[in-house]
Amino acid sequence: MLTLTSPVEIWAHRWPAGVKLALLCAGTLLLFSLHGILPLTVALVAVLALIASGGRRFAGASLRMLRPLWPFVALVALWHLWLRDPGGLVILLRMATAVAAANFVTMTTRLSDMLAVFEWLLRPLARLGLSPRMIGLAVALVIRFLPVMQLRSAQIAESWRARSARRPGWRVILPATMAALDDADRVAEALRARGGAG
Amino acid sequence: MEKSLTHIALFSALIAALGLMPSMMLATGVPISGQSLGIMLCGTVLGAKRGGLAALLFIALVAAGLPLLAGGVGGLGMFFGPRGGFLIGFPVAAFVAGLVVQNLRARVGIAAFAGAVLGGIVVLYAIGVPVMAAHLSEESLAKMFADLPAYRELPLPVALCALFLPGDIIKAVIAAAVTATVARMRPASLLSRA
Repeated sequence: MLTLTSPVEIWAHRWPAGVKLALLCAGTLLLFSLHGILPLTVALVAVLALIASGGRRFAGASLRMLRPLWPFVALVALWHLWLRDPGGLVILLRMATAVAAANFVTMTTRLSDMLAVFEWLLRPLARLGLSPRMIGLAVALVIRFLPVMQLRSAQIAESWRARSARRPGWRVILPATMAALDDADRVAEALRARGGAG
Repeated sequence: MEKSLTHIALFSALIAALGLMPSMMLATGVPISGQSLGIMLCGTVLGAKRGGLAALLFIALVAAGLPLLAGGVGGLGMFFGPRGGFLIGFPVAAFVAGLVVQNLRARVGIAAFAGAVLGGIVVLYAIGVPVMAAHLSEESLAKMFADLPAYRELPLPVALCALFLPGDIIKAVIAAAVTATVARMRPASLLSRA
């Protein structure tokens, strides 16, 4: 499965994931305490400069990752036009900067490095019986079973179409859920047969 | 032990698979994704603890950079955007849905519908809407949380949620029907009532 890490290696890929995440948290806190159009524009330009430092292909991919924001941008713009209030610009600047900075960290950090930071953060939970090994195993299972489930949902939808002229829609969900439950039982047995998860 | 682990992991994958399914259009033309339906099912089928952990695992993988959200998007940016509160709310929603099914002494289908509505709609909106309002406000965050009911940006997110409410109620009905059928066909697998 594809991750969102950029295939174009840039300088930020070499930074440790923990440092990038800490900087992102600090930067976002700072961003949300900023006021006024000028400081927020400076912040956005700074983040855009970071993105541009990755070259044309990297920057293009980063801008495409901002797509889910467009509906909100349109809504905020309309709402503030209706209110006749220039404050909408502040909101849009802050939203775009926060999301672009977070995407920058996602794009320059490998999945395994990011998961290693999460495991490190979750270490205190080991005392409650949630060992890092279990978390790693759970993550591996999700990544392995996602394509299996997508394929099976597609097959269930296909067999529905073979029987009916109508679209399958929500009817896929019950068999998909049942199959997930059955798989969970079988995988648990398989794990136990191989010496257990703990 | 192994059973809990595999159920949590496979339902986490199920949330992702349901979200990545082509969205089902309602008669009204509003697209509904299966993602929040997956969250409801986690709670109503697996129960509070396992369901909550499955949803938590799902959002952790999204944060780690897997494009598992409806529309094939993901990454840390989603948590810092206006919909971030809904993501953070997913594990809480699944937990509450499971809690209701575990403790409400009613028929499975009715308890599952109540759980899906309370967890997947009431609790999820209660976390998601204020965060969205905060994003859509020009005030600084600290000032806004000190003066929550007064800010005028609330109507916009509330209107947005009203748009999604019919779809979410349909999802709660589907979640209840699926949970009731699982109870009938695989009673041992319904961990929320085991």
